[in-house]
Amino acid sequence: MKKIVLSIALVSLVAACGSQEVRKDVPVTDRTTATTQPTTPGTRPSTSPTAQPVITANPLTDPKSILSKRSVYFDFDSNVVKEEYQGLVQAHAKYLVDKRGMNVKIEGNCDERGSREYNLALGQRRAEAVKKVMTVLGVQDSRIETVSFGEEKPAAAGHDDSAWSQNRRSDIKYAGE
Amino acid sequence: MKRFLLAGLLAFAALAARAQLTIDITTSGGRQIPVAILPFAGEAAQPQSVSSVVGGDLARTGLFRLVNTVGVSPIPTEPSEVNFIDWQARSSEALVIGKIEPLPDGRVEVRFRLFDVQKQSQLASFSYVVAPAQLRATAHRIADVIYEKLTGEKGVFSTKITYVVKRGTRYELQVSDADGANAQAVLASNEPIISPAWSPDGSRIAYVSFDQKKPVVVVQNLAQGTTRVLANHRGNNSAPAWSPDGTKLAVTLTKDDISQIYVIPSSGGEPRRMATTPAIDTEANFSPDGQWLAFTSDRGGSPQIYRMPAEGGPAQRLTFEGTYNVRPRYSPDGKSIAFVQRESGKFRIAVLEVDTGQVTVLTDGSLDDSPSYAPNGKMILYEAQANGRGQLSAVSSDGRVRQRLVSSSGDVRDPAWGPLPTN
Repeated sequence: MKKIVLSIALVSLVAACGSQEVRKDVPVTDRTTATTQPTTPGTRPSTSPTAQPVITANPLTDPKSILSKRSVYFDFDSNVVKEEYQGLVQAHAKYLVDKRGMNVKIEGNCDERGSREYNLALGQRRAEAVKKVMTVLGVQDSRIETVSFGEEKPAAAGHDDSAWSQNRRSDIKYAGE
Repeated sequence: MKRFLLAGLLAFAALAARAQLTIDITTSGGRQIPVAILPFAGEAAQPQSVSSVVGGDLARTGLFRLVNTVGVSPIPTEPSEVNFIDWQARSSEALVIGKIEPLPDGRVEVRFRLFDVQKQSQLASFSYVVAPAQLRATAHRIADVIYEKLTGEKGVFSTKITYVVKRGTRYELQVSDADGANAQAVLASNEPIISPAWSPDGSRIAYVSFDQKKPVVVVQNLAQGTTRVLANHRGNNSAPAWSPDGTKLAVTLTKDDISQIYVIPSSGGEPRRMATTPAIDTEANFSPDGQWLAFTSDRGGSPQIYRMPAEGGPAQRLTFEGTYNVRPRYSPDGKSIAFVQRESGKFRIAVLEVDTGQVTVLTDGSLDDSPSYAPNGKMILYEAQANGRGQLSAVSSDGRVRQRLVSSSGDVRDPAWGPLPTN
């Protein structure tokens, strides 16, 4: 039973990744790694055999890897994962499907406007939105905990549109981080 | 429009940072009762002036005008010494005299009298035997008596407030007197603390701690300093609100779904889900009679205030104007609900009259939040933003009087006004 679920999940993963090929905003690396380099997602594919990298860096922290990018930003009053962040979330989903022992926590955040508790609930919805993208791509529900920090953990300290746009986000944190 | 600075600076004693609190009052319209408060005999020898605290309490409400007492000599301390004609000439309607006498055991006796100047009659007389360290608390009790005699409403000068102070990455839950004096940290953390809520008897505060890197509801016993985790389920645990009898709390959990409202016995136990909706339900608040739960929900597409029977049942929408009405708090008489309303990008404190649906906006800030009624229903404490920091503010429930408690350091947020003292 589990195998069937997994294979369906993988099919949907491949299907989802395949559909990215027509999207302009998705990094080229994604579709490459999805099929040919599952253990090194985010590594820039090389046409030269001599440049084939020996992977030692942790892709979760390697700045060259899309997996080192952890924040999904949202529009005001919105919990829609925008097109430009689909690739990032999909890369993490793919990584989780491959690394079956890994669990993640998704932390939703809001800007400071409005009530603290409603913002906590909105942040939760933003975390859930990211989780949903991941579960559709085959990551088991039980491996993703969603929590919210509401407006309590702003990434930017200011009180203007620029700060607020950086604070409306979901952060992806791997277990132990 | 009158505006004045009251009594300069009050020492914010327990703060290591030596923060100071300035109280800034704005009143518009409305009659102020002229009251003369004379220095109490013997108070100069005490560590705390009583008459100045009484005067400060009364003036801060915006309902009283302190009559100039300069040049009165000798200062009367007994009824027989009062020259009522003189006080009528100074347009004073009420007069307060008093004296403080040391007792052999080190305590002091504080006696005060309140007079109706026109009728030349005594309205109240009390004496208290207290330790000198209790003089400030005694002054608040005297102000409560005067307030109740002159307005017919309970005074709230002897109550406590709680709020969160953020300094750098440090958060403190503080409890102070209603005037901001005697602030003490009851909890300190490097993680956020939000949503403090007083138990109805004032002995405990429920709040949301992020110490476990996620929101968890904790109940702290103030006298004992002990804490107990009330709700720590998968996902978020937040928005604690006590039932009026103190036997249970409403909380918001995400353990089964997105944010939904549950009720948990205050002694702990299994949460009971109060409703099942595909939307955010949060910020529950019990009506004072325990019959209703007001809450915020965006089931209609935008966050609005609803109420449902406290035992569960169909919800009824209460706010209809605007696209953002959140954080309901019942008035002590249950007739009104204070809440946060967004209008043209500004977040303000408004009051809804439950029976008529009429809404009155009370404040004019840009990021006002967390309204909390005084236990007499006359003032609403809330968080306002000034210079990029949270500050405590208060507004009278008719909107005519505004107070700002300006702290010289730290970001002050999420205030909650405690209950009337039980003694």
